[in-house]
Amino acid sequence: MKEHKIQKPGIIGWIDYRLPIFTFADSFLNKYPTPKNLSYLWSMGSIAGIMLVLQIITGVFLAMHYTPHVDYAFDSVENIMRDVNYGWLLRYMHAVGASMFFVVVYIHIARGLYYGSYKGPRELLWQIGVVIFLTMMATAFMGYVLPWGQMSFWGATVITNLFSAFPVVGKYIVTWLWGGFSVDNPTLNRFFSLHYLLPFLIVAFVMLHLIALHEHGSNNPTGVEVKTKKDTIPFHPYYTIKDMFGFIVFFLIYFYMVFFSPNSLGDPDNYIVANPLVTPAHIVPEWYFLPFYAILRGIPNKLAGVCCMFGSILILFFLPWLDKAKTKSGTYRPYFKWFCLLFILDTIALGYLGAQEPQGIYVILSRLCTLYYFGYFLAILPLLSRFETPLPAPNSISEDYAKKHCQ
Amino acid sequence: MKIRIFLIAFFIVAGAGIAYAHDHGEKIEWLYKKWPFSGIFGTVDRQAAQRGYQVYKEVCSTCHAMKYRSFRNLSEIGFSEDEIKTIAAGYQVKDGPDDSGQMFDRPGKSSDKFPSPFANEKAARAANGGAYPPDLSLIIKARENGPNYVYSLLQGFTEKPTDMTMGTGMNYNKYFPGHQIAMPKPLSDGQISYSDGTVATTEQMSSDVVIFLQWAAEPEMERRKKMGLKVLLFLAVTGVFFYLAKKRIWKKVD
Repeated sequence: MKEHKIQKPGIIGWIDYRLPIFTFADSFLNKYPTPKNLSYLWSMGSIAGIMLVLQIITGVFLAMHYTPHVDYAFDSVENIMRDVNYGWLLRYMHAVGASMFFVVVYIHIARGLYYGSYKGPRELLWQIGVVIFLTMMATAFMGYVLPWGQMSFWGATVITNLFSAFPVVGKYIVTWLWGGFSVDNPTLNRFFSLHYLLPFLIVAFVMLHLIALHEHGSNNPTGVEVKTKKDTIPFHPYYTIKDMFGFIVFFLIYFYMVFFSPNSLGDPDNYIVANPLVTPAHIVPEWYFLPFYAILRGIPNKLAGVCCMFGSILILFFLPWLDKAKTKSGTYRPYFKWFCLLFILDTIALGYLGAQEPQGIYVILSRLCTLYYFGYFLAILPLLSRFETPLPAPNSISEDYAKKHCQ
Repeated sequence: MKIRIFLIAFFIVAGAGIAYAHDHGEKIEWLYKKWPFSGIFGTVDRQAAQRGYQVYKEVCSTCHAMKYRSFRNLSEIGFSEDEIKTIAAGYQVKDGPDDSGQMFDRPGKSSDKFPSPFANEKAARAANGGAYPPDLSLIIKARENGPNYVYSLLQGFTEKPTDMTMGTGMNYNKYFPGHQIAMPKPLSDGQISYSDGTVATTEQMSSDVVIFLQWAAEPEMERRKKMGLKVLLFLAVTGVFFYLAKKRIWKKVD
């Protein structure tokens, strides 16, 4: 039985009676009851949202000046940098923005790992997040190909060639991806098309992510679910103002990079136009792919390496069922805390190793780190919940909040 | 607290490991210079950039193109409109086709791109013993630590070690990876006479041309940094207000 609605006075009331966008906005951005003990780590979600919007806006304007053709792509990017009004600003915001987007999303994911945000009833919320992460990676990869520099071309060649590892169908998949027999104009064209499409898919996934989030509300540093009204505060003004401050701090770092160090995260080789006849000495992906690249290279068998690389992300889908512990937050899990922290450091270490030449000690370290990466999910987490005795978590969010703030 | 100690210990160990690993590779020590364009207040030294243009024009441009720069852009490093017109008019530029379908040569205009020394890559390779002199528009951005790399490279043409065998047509350079470079020694002391009277030592010319090339690679640099300072200042001030507002609003939460 549907609740009988009453039309409120005024134009807003008239519209809302027919299309409840104002009710929706009110419940999502204004009244949304939020745990009152969230740290600044919980600002990463909305910062990521801002970055998505900024990437789309700058990207749309860049696309107005960009030419997706192997003979003109590099020149058109230089034209943007030199002759389009504020083109350099658009491009640097977009390129640095991609990196910063990943920084924020990685912190967002790490926060979820430590505080057990993937646990029931937020399993789907977490999985949609993994889908967003995967789509972001595909988008970033294809975006990096567009300037058609040396690293664009060779990065695209190496990554698409990974699919050739699959037996029988492998080489057909690669030809199909390329739209030809090497990375060439058809590849660039489809990458441009998809690079423009995928961000809007991300927007759709973000909507789902938000719907799932609002169903059970945000997790919080104690991992204790909201019990009474006293545990929560309305999103506005408390978290709007807190997030605004978070944005500014983030923007200080982001715009410092944009204006004073815009190329430090990129590879100098990408300012050399793509040349299929000259292979760069070191083909290195962008920093945000390095942990997965290290896993790929650490494994001696190509097919196994490719499977492990994809597996290292796909395994996140199963995380809610691999970790059976009832206690959510790492704060109250004396052993999990260290293993989780070590996992985060392990991923950073893999990132470092992915940038090194694949020889000697680096290969051995990559393998050890890969072992811990998978060991964390497949052995440590399932076993830990059986043997670990969690510390007593606070009775409620407000009890914990009072203890920390009102002494 | 324990977490912090753990993190600090981890990064110290990791840092030491990285430092150790890096000491063990063969590494070329470049010449370093404090550049006027580096740092957040960095600017283009107009005088040096103009001298650098002279080096580029008289030396580099015989082999290296710079296709992303036009004569008109020279106003950004302090050349006057008349000077630019004179510079441009000193070149013959291929234009056309005209009404009869013929290509023709005409004197350069300020809107023209810098003419390339060779018609295409094949012609450039044929004239340079198979090597292709790279376009210099982006050279500073296209090399790791570009300014110091180019600065070192230009001064790195020394006598080769006696035990080294060189490929045909290759020259020894102590800063070039592999130490064999197709480019012959481009600069020698007193090779050009600067119109502003500066003594043209190899070091001076290398430094000047790097300043010019840095401008060619990042013509937006001055505007970018100026805008950046304003943006960061604005954000910092706004940040203070948001912080105070946050403190005040959150006081109500108990």
